[in-house]
Amino acid sequence: MSVINPRGLLALTWLEIKIFVREPLGVFGSVFVPVFMFVIISRTFGSSLTRNPAGDRGLVGADLVVFGALLLAISAVLSLVTIIAIYRESGILKRLRATPLRPLTILSAHVLVKVLFTVTTLVISLSLGRRYFAADIPIPWVPFTIATIISMLSILSLGFVLASVAPTARFAQPIGTIILYPMIGISGLFVPLAKMPAPLQFIAHLTPASYGVSLMRGAWRGDAWLSHTGDLLGLAIFAAIFTALSVRWFRWE
Amino acid sequence: MPAAVVHVSGLTKRYGKTTAVSEVELEVLDGEIFGLIGPNGAGKTTTMECIEGLRVPDAGRVSVLGLDPVRDVTAVQRRIGIQLQEAQLQKRIKVREALALWSSVYGTRDDGTRLLEQLGLAGKADAWFMTLSGGQKQRLFIALALIHDPELVFLDELTTGLDPQARRAIWDLVRGIRDRGKTVLLTTHLMEEAERLCDRVAIIDHGRIVDIDSPLGLVRRHCPERTLMIETADTNAVDALARVAGVETVTREGANVVVRARSVDVMTGVIQCLADQRIAVTDFRTFVPNLEDVFLKLTGHSVRQ
Repeated sequence: MSVINPRGLLALTWLEIKIFVREPLGVFGSVFVPVFMFVIISRTFGSSLTRNPAGDRGLVGADLVVFGALLLAISAVLSLVTIIAIYRESGILKRLRATPLRPLTILSAHVLVKVLFTVTTLVISLSLGRRYFAADIPIPWVPFTIATIISMLSILSLGFVLASVAPTARFAQPIGTIILYPMIGISGLFVPLAKMPAPLQFIAHLTPASYGVSLMRGAWRGDAWLSHTGDLLGLAIFAAIFTALSVRWFRWE
Repeated sequence: MPAAVVHVSGLTKRYGKTTAVSEVELEVLDGEIFGLIGPNGAGKTTTMECIEGLRVPDAGRVSVLGLDPVRDVTAVQRRIGIQLQEAQLQKRIKVREALALWSSVYGTRDDGTRLLEQLGLAGKADAWFMTLSGGQKQRLFIALALIHDPELVFLDELTTGLDPQARRAIWDLVRGIRDRGKTVLLTTHLMEEAERLCDRVAIIDHGRIVDIDSPLGLVRRHCPERTLMIETADTNAVDALARVAGVETVTREGANVVVRARSVDVMTGVIQCLADQRIAVTDFRTFVPNLEDVFLKLTGHSVRQ
């Protein structure tokens, strides 16, 4: 018997999508608000968007898009941490586990739902925001989406560690916020990593966000994947470590 | 004698330093309703969840339908149905969707329509889980436990928090499961529920099995004494009844003569005596001990604590 039950995975993923859509603020908060913000910001700064973020133009460069994608990824992770904590606290996880649905299938369904909503939001944001971009900017849809998903999955593994250690659902969201959002500050988006003080640089290299930002910038710029082997490796190592930890620490009830 | 579908020996489970379940031995026979009874915290749920494969025992052997519930978890899950204590589903999942998910997970074709009708939930098929009453949620969980027509059904405190009417309806349902040839293993802290529903019960206290038998067998073994309340104005009644073989004490309490005896065998003698002595009786009641009394006697404390 395989660890993932494909029929169950499909059924549960589809069901969780429907349930998420029924949440009063679900789609509004996770799709509509980010798209709206992205369009507003693109309208203001889009004309100064370039393909090359290497300069000292700070946030208002190509990094606008990278910043948006990173924010999307992190809020998706945060939302998943909260959902898992609520599901555990109310006994839903335990009830699902007492079926032939194996644990990996149950968690994979939630990851799939988040990936789908993140990709949807990203694609809608870029489609609506691009009209304000400088005319000569082609959008690398596929590579940039893939880079965002890879970064998100790596950050997600940290999210699962947080969901494992958070004592209750009430704590899950604040703990997640405190740990996840500051990563953006030292991800290299606002201040280039090389210009940071050495200790901060060291910490930045210990977060998946710094590698994610580098990878997403590269994808936007049209770099070859091979030239970002280091970033991919960094994200993979984080994913491996955090996944191993959450397998060890994860509680179903 | 029917074959055992569950076999547990030497089952021990600890949480940190507390031993929740210690050296539990029991067998559940094919086609019976078997109850684990005891107060909250006695180890009923832990024992059940070890049998279901949801917890890994620290020691002992568990076999379910001939399989190891930890090693063969997937195979076991397909053949058993589980209702968990205090479980929830997603707030906004519809009743029909929950059944559809379960039937797709178990690979059955049954969409649960008939089960919903049987359980009186047909009108709630499109309702969100969060809008159901406590009794409706319990009935849905029973439906989910039965959707794949399992051979063995686990029900953990299934009527807790329900009103008496809903409770009775659920008892009928559980009897229906047995009547269709399934085996039921349930836990309850309600002695009345155990008495009315179970073919055999295991009394569990502080993580240990105290005794196992049919409710009637347990009462006969541990509480054979009977109390008779005989309403009579006859002043000779006390002396006459005191001479009946097997009678322990006879006292007059107002209009009644109270006869206490150590065993049920005294009944014939008492009736004979009343007839022979032409004692006019206006009421005759016997007080039969129940599982509650057995529990008190065996553990020294009430199941309600």
